[in-house]
Amino acid sequence: MSITLNGKSVDLREGVNTVEQLLSHYHLENRIVIVEINKEIVMKENYKTMSLSHGDVVEIIHFVGGG
Amino acid sequence: MSNRYSRQELFLGSKAQANINEASVIIIGAGALGSASAEMLVRAGIGVLTVVDRDYVDLTNLQRQQLYTEEDVSNQLPKAIAAKTRLEQINSEITINCFIEDVNGLNIEELIKGHSVIVDATDNFETSLIVNDAAVKHGIPFLFGACVGSYGLTYPIIPGETPCLHCLLNYLPMDGMTCDTVGVISPIVQITAALQITQVLQILSGETLFPILQSMDIWKNEKAEINVTQLKNKLCPTCGEHPSHPFLSFENQMKTDVLCGRDAVQLRPGLGRRTYSLPHLLERLESHVKNPVLNQYLLSCKFEDYRVVFFKDGRAIIHGTNEAKNARAVYNRFIQFY
Repeated sequence: MSITLNGKSVDLREGVNTVEQLLSHYHLENRIVIVEINKEIVMKENYKTMSLSHGDVVEIIHFVGGG
Repeated sequence: MSNRYSRQELFLGSKAQANINEASVIIIGAGALGSASAEMLVRAGIGVLTVVDRDYVDLTNLQRQQLYTEEDVSNQLPKAIAAKTRLEQINSEITINCFIEDVNGLNIEELIKGHSVIVDATDNFETSLIVNDAAVKHGIPFLFGACVGSYGLTYPIIPGETPCLHCLLNYLPMDGMTCDTVGVISPIVQITAALQITQVLQILSGETLFPILQSMDIWKNEKAEINVTQLKNKLCPTCGEHPSHPFLSFENQMKTDVLCGRDAVQLRPGLGRRTYSLPHLLERLESHVKNPVLNQYLLSCKFEDYRVVFFKDGRAIIHGTNEAKNARAVYNRFIQFY
């Protein structure tokens, strides 16, 4: 399945079907992140159950602490 | 129209320029983001600029902290002092205040008093949350910004309108996200600061800012934007209906910080601070330390296997350790000579 992630088209490998799996794929599972799918923010408690679909427009922003 | 701000005034208009000339902005931190932001604001003619920073200039800062020079490194000048000197060379028509202080929950409210906008340039998330509490409590717009590696993000907090920084988070961030593990390249500093200062100019021009969290990775050429309006939390302890501003008191407990990429720990005395006479301290320590450097702000010397940089207010940075507990022990052995 392919999605648009932060403005770029990416092909997800098999096994990456939920928000939780997507975050883990990008090593963001322990970060503070805000995830939006098709302009709706996904609440943290739904990361496990929220499935991704082909063509989804996903934005992920993670927080960092440098400056 | 041929004054020094004419190009900016052509773009923003004379009313906005007048607002800029009358505004007072405080930048929390004078590292990479703080240097970049301060230079832009000073060139833009901000009326009063206040810079607060706890650190002194180190050789590893020069790669990205544009206000500082090799001379500042050899003089071990506090960043706030070195920044003020450089900023006054750039624009002598404005007022620049500087404070060599570690921002915490007890001093932040006094520091931000009387300012129209607060710019985030801290190097850690905890301090941003403290500033967020104070900004919301006093109704002053706060422009969050942070960067590491080639990645940066910004978010404008407009008290009473946008969700605050605390609304966006459910818990305090764990570590593992400062520049000691990842490094940082200077272009992302410039971009992050540029976005923050654009927002300052927009606020002072009367533009409305929307609650948009923005991020970019300049190496991967990726950008993201999320409108976070729906995250406004009625029960938020910072900006909700019954706020308690927890970071303004929680901070009481915090006294040590491992410093970003420096193999060093900062120790800050808690309540009941005092002022130390540094020449007196050096006199007492003379036979126990090597290579002492004393200036009017700090004493830097080799003590045991560590380099200790001791500030007048009792704050110290201990180099040669990453462990808060160890640093605390060194500090206690050091200060017993006073």
